[in-house]
Amino acid sequence: MRTHQPGASAKLAVRFGVVAFLSVFFAASCGGAPTSATSTPASRFPVSITAPGGATVTIPRRPQRVVSLSPSATEMLFAMGAGPQVVAVDDQSNYPATAPKTQLSGFTPNIEAIAAFTPDLVVAAEDTAGLVHGVQALNVPILIEPAAKNLDDTYVQIKQLGAATGHAADADSLVASMRSQVGSFVASVAKPARQLRVYHELDNTYYSVTSATFIGQVYKLLGLTNIADAAAGAAPDYPQLSPEYIVASNPDLIVLADTKCCQQDLSSVAARPGWRAIVAVKSGQVVPVDDDVASRWGPRIIEFMRAVALHVQQLEKQAA
Amino acid sequence: MLSIKVGAAAVPPAVLAGMPRLRWGWAGAGLLALAASCGVGVLVGPVHIGVGTVVQTLVGGAVDPGQANILWSLRFPRVVLGVLVGGTLAIAGAAYQGVFRNPLADPYLLGAAAGANLGATLAIAFAPGTSVLGVNVVPLAAFVGAGAAVSGAYALGRSVTGLRSATGLILAGVAIAAFFNSIQSYVQQTQTSSIRQVYSWILGRLVTAGWDDVLLILPYVLLSVVAIYLHRRLLDALTLGEDEVTSLGIPVRRVRLIVVVAATLGTAAVVAVGGTIAFVGIIVPHTIRLLVGRSYRVVIPLSVLFGAAFLVLADAAARTVVAPAELPIGVITAFLGAPFFIAVMRSTRAAAL
Repeated sequence: MRTHQPGASAKLAVRFGVVAFLSVFFAASCGGAPTSATSTPASRFPVSITAPGGATVTIPRRPQRVVSLSPSATEMLFAMGAGPQVVAVDDQSNYPATAPKTQLSGFTPNIEAIAAFTPDLVVAAEDTAGLVHGVQALNVPILIEPAAKNLDDTYVQIKQLGAATGHAADADSLVASMRSQVGSFVASVAKPARQLRVYHELDNTYYSVTSATFIGQVYKLLGLTNIADAAAGAAPDYPQLSPEYIVASNPDLIVLADTKCCQQDLSSVAARPGWRAIVAVKSGQVVPVDDDVASRWGPRIIEFMRAVALHVQQLEKQAA
Repeated sequence: MLSIKVGAAAVPPAVLAGMPRLRWGWAGAGLLALAASCGVGVLVGPVHIGVGTVVQTLVGGAVDPGQANILWSLRFPRVVLGVLVGGTLAIAGAAYQGVFRNPLADPYLLGAAAGANLGATLAIAFAPGTSVLGVNVVPLAAFVGAGAAVSGAYALGRSVTGLRSATGLILAGVAIAAFFNSIQSYVQQTQTSSIRQVYSWILGRLVTAGWDDVLLILPYVLLSVVAIYLHRRLLDALTLGEDEVTSLGIPVRRVRLIVVVAATLGTAAVVAVGGTIAFVGIIVPHTIRLLVGRSYRVVIPLSVLFGAAFLVLADAAARTVVAPAELPIGVITAFLGAPFFIAVMRSTRAAAL
């Protein structure tokens, strides 16, 4: 962990505000965020980062040509102001809009195509198709930041990416801002007298998430009972639920993370056979969320949590 | 017995002499198995609903509206759909084995599964949530895909061998299936966000749009089953060999075309709503051949009954063994079906094969 530069504290305060502002507004683009190229001296490099997998990656100089093959990492990099150092992002990195989206794939990575961008740092979420081996052969450091299991994992990854790109202080303030917002959301919901049940839908074949997942822990933090937890014995993370079980569980809140993939909304859910009897459908507590926001582990988890917390507050008012 | 007219084709009675006919005992056993499996299908599920409640619901008695809702909206249509899908896949498998005189033939032989998978994958990836004339676009695309693949295989097989032999047709089906599969894999590879849905679709699942799905496929299923049933004697005649049957005045190519079209129509319809459920079309007819007899007058009707019973039970297992989660029904049909089939083969010493 690196300490703040004394002279940069005023600028940091400004940047803190910018970051908080950005995470409040879903549609805001990070293009206007100030770069921090001048705030961190290059003398701090080389840095060594120990990835969650255990391998230590050494980055000799402050990277100026970062290639991100992970949509979550892309969002983290731009949120902390490292965007100007990013030269290419993969075909799934659709946020922020200013990210330099390319045909590169993090799913079926092509080493030659990555090499064509002459990167000095590659960030990815998984080592598929010999990615790490191939990039190392190019003598380029590669950082694997795998799917986070919880918010703490996300904070660690943000700080690692901050250290790797010379934005350690920015990363620290981003994490601090996220922590305080998560705290305020948790405080904003009373522990309800009656257990409120939630059903999170990944697609219209009724795949869901348990509390063991990154997105599931948000419901847990907000004091909700996740109906998918009963199916954790079958699939610990992402069970496919039986429709009659969903109807019989009668969730108070339905979160649709399949608005983009499958165009689901309150009316399509109400049109499913038998679903009109569910209390969440009757009372309109069906929350459409952006599939991407609900499937990544980046800074936008704050927006997701805010949306859910608002509905929990409404439900608590109704219950009171 | 007199020769029986089916369309223009009559089967001389001498041809069928010595081939066993369906006995009432086995027909009764089939009906009993179907009734029993439907009983199980209605009674088991992740939500416990007692026999009394089910009976009350059926006769219109006063029951808890929540349970009535689950029964009428979800469980009853699912059991009925299981009957239609299982019965159709089994009879279509038997029909394909008959016209191609090939024990390995199944309803997907001429590319129906590959076509349906491609159609469904395209619809899931590029037109999610849309509907045409009130019908979800995924089953429509699967139906069209299955029909297109089999038509393509038929046209290709005809242009190559003029349909003189079934082998040309089968090879054309293999080629078409490989071609469609490659496109399907490509689309799936490039549209990574829909992989889970596509996977779920391919393994098969009888989660329905309620009675809508049942009504959607019912006409095709009825047409298919009736047409194949009417051709059961001709399928028996075909076992004599193509040249011999032709010399008896039976239009082999026309029979083959009608049966293939009927079986494909039914297969395309049930695959459209249930996904490409594996193994039913091959295991059910062969089990009947081993246990009852090889005559198509036995295999065809019993395939409908036992195929339906088998799939209803498999679906009951799919929604209970890991409840409240579900397993894809294709996993169950092969997992339970394969060992059962091996046991039947061993116990009968495969003499009937």
